[in-house]
Amino acid sequence: MPRTLRNTKIIMLRELTGYFGSPVAYVFIVIFLMLIGFFTFSISHFYEAGQADMRSHFEWYPWLFLFLIPSVAMRLWADEKRVGTIELIMTLPISLTEVILGKFLAAWLFIGIAQLLTFPLVLSTMYLGDPDFGMIFCAYVGSFLMGGAYLSVGSMTSAITRSQVVSFILAVVACLFLVLSGWPPVTEAFVDWAPTWLINLISSFSFMTHYQSIQRGVLDFRDIFYYLSFIFFMLYSNGVILLMRRA
Amino acid sequence: MLEIKNLTKYFGLKKAVNDVSFQVEKGEVLGFLGPNAAGKSTTMRMITGFIPPTSGTALIGGSDITVSPIEALTKIGYLPENAPVYPEMTVRSFLEFCAEIRGFSGSIKSKKVDETIEKCFLKDVTYQPASTLSKGFKQRVCFAQSILHDPEYLVLDEPTDGLDPNQKHEVRSMIREMGINKAIILSTHILEEVDAVCTRAIIIANGHIVANDTPDQLRARSGLHGAVRLIIQNADSENAKKHFSVVPGAKEIEIIEKNESRLTLRIFPESITVPLTDKVLKCASDNGYQVESIYTEQGRLDEVFRMITEVGEARSRLDRIVTH
Repeated sequence: MPRTLRNTKIIMLRELTGYFGSPVAYVFIVIFLMLIGFFTFSISHFYEAGQADMRSHFEWYPWLFLFLIPSVAMRLWADEKRVGTIELIMTLPISLTEVILGKFLAAWLFIGIAQLLTFPLVLSTMYLGDPDFGMIFCAYVGSFLMGGAYLSVGSMTSAITRSQVVSFILAVVACLFLVLSGWPPVTEAFVDWAPTWLINLISSFSFMTHYQSIQRGVLDFRDIFYYLSFIFFMLYSNGVILLMRRA
Repeated sequence: MLEIKNLTKYFGLKKAVNDVSFQVEKGEVLGFLGPNAAGKSTTMRMITGFIPPTSGTALIGGSDITVSPIEALTKIGYLPENAPVYPEMTVRSFLEFCAEIRGFSGSIKSKKVDETIEKCFLKDVTYQPASTLSKGFKQRVCFAQSILHDPEYLVLDEPTDGLDPNQKHEVRSMIREMGINKAIILSTHILEEVDAVCTRAIIIANGHIVANDTPDQLRARSGLHGAVRLIIQNADSENAKKHFSVVPGAKEIEIIEKNESRLTLRIFPESITVPLTDKVLKCASDNGYQVESIYTEQGRLDEVFRMITEVGEARSRLDRIVTH
């Protein structure tokens, strides 16, 4: 076990220095912060709402992540295949699980860092009123978990192809489905003719359903379990795809 | 010992590698030869566990690559084809990363990396990102990665590809030196490389092993092997042909080149066990020819290579006919 941890850490650190050693990281962070700021202040009218909470901020995450996270994830495996380094990494004395986990954690941590940089908004909320910190904390945890789920989909689609563009499109489509299947405007449209149990079943697989309850300040074990098991399942598929596609 | 047992690989219906078995002992440098798409890289990828074999396996110092890959891989250094290196990493950080994965840390890690940088002549580019390096440097960086942990077994896929003649020479002497206490497999399509570094060569064509011998023995299969090449001055070709055809043991005379002042001919022996040189010399002096040079041909690897691989191709065509 210590060996696994050690190897995962080595891979993770390599990936992270890779992000910050290229323009990718900075471009991503700047675009993320600009967009989230724009949506929060200009579309959701953070100030005008007159409420000391960050709902107008967090409600945008599912939509913003939809495009931004696949763009981080698309290079995870597709690039290794294109450059050929996959042959190097897979012939080093290190298990596939360690590589998948290391790469995933690095990307997840990177997204986490980008999210933490929204902290001035928390400060503003504090200055303007008396916010519910529990709720804000929950929303950060929830959006971080949701980011991980998006990322695991992107990591999986990235293993399918050596083209980053294909990987990106596949991930966006898959994530879009997972978001919309629990988004009230979509589920309401089906209410009239689909059985309720079916709608509930499908929407229970959605990122949105689980995100909304966390966002409301309810950190339910079931929601956390949903995200973690979803990530586990996607990364497992990621491994199976990689093993299948090497030959 | 590196033991390759009945490795077979199908890509779909196509048989890329067909029942390849061989062994490499420590102290040997095995050259893996073959035309493009003969199955060299596929075989090496199976030995290093990158591609799972359809059947068969490779034992690396007793560890089965298909059963306990991690244990087997700790003993191997592998240079993949096209020498992949993470483009955004500097040479030093790349080698440090590889050293960490190999289990080195702290001052031992730095020492290993420094030594390897020194050995592979990478000092000038230590802090340069790999994406800015030329093909030759990338090749050496990836080669450095493969020898960093001083492995018992080395698998090198075209180690001198893209290097200039001086670098080729350096890498070859390094391989030869390491071959003294390691078991090394290297693939190449440069025949001079086999002569320069290999103690043994395997020729593979269409996934089959078609020859497994020392470079000298391989050369002996050449039709030229044992023939005497002679250059004489101011001679008439017809007369010379007549004179030398009566040399005892001579089978056939071939005129290679003829001009005003000199004549080059090749005399084939009836059997390579009987040396012909002294008899040819005697005949030349008897007939009053001025001999400018004379030597016994060793045979040429490229000729043998062509001969063997063409036979291999014919054989696999036959296989296809039989199986259809």
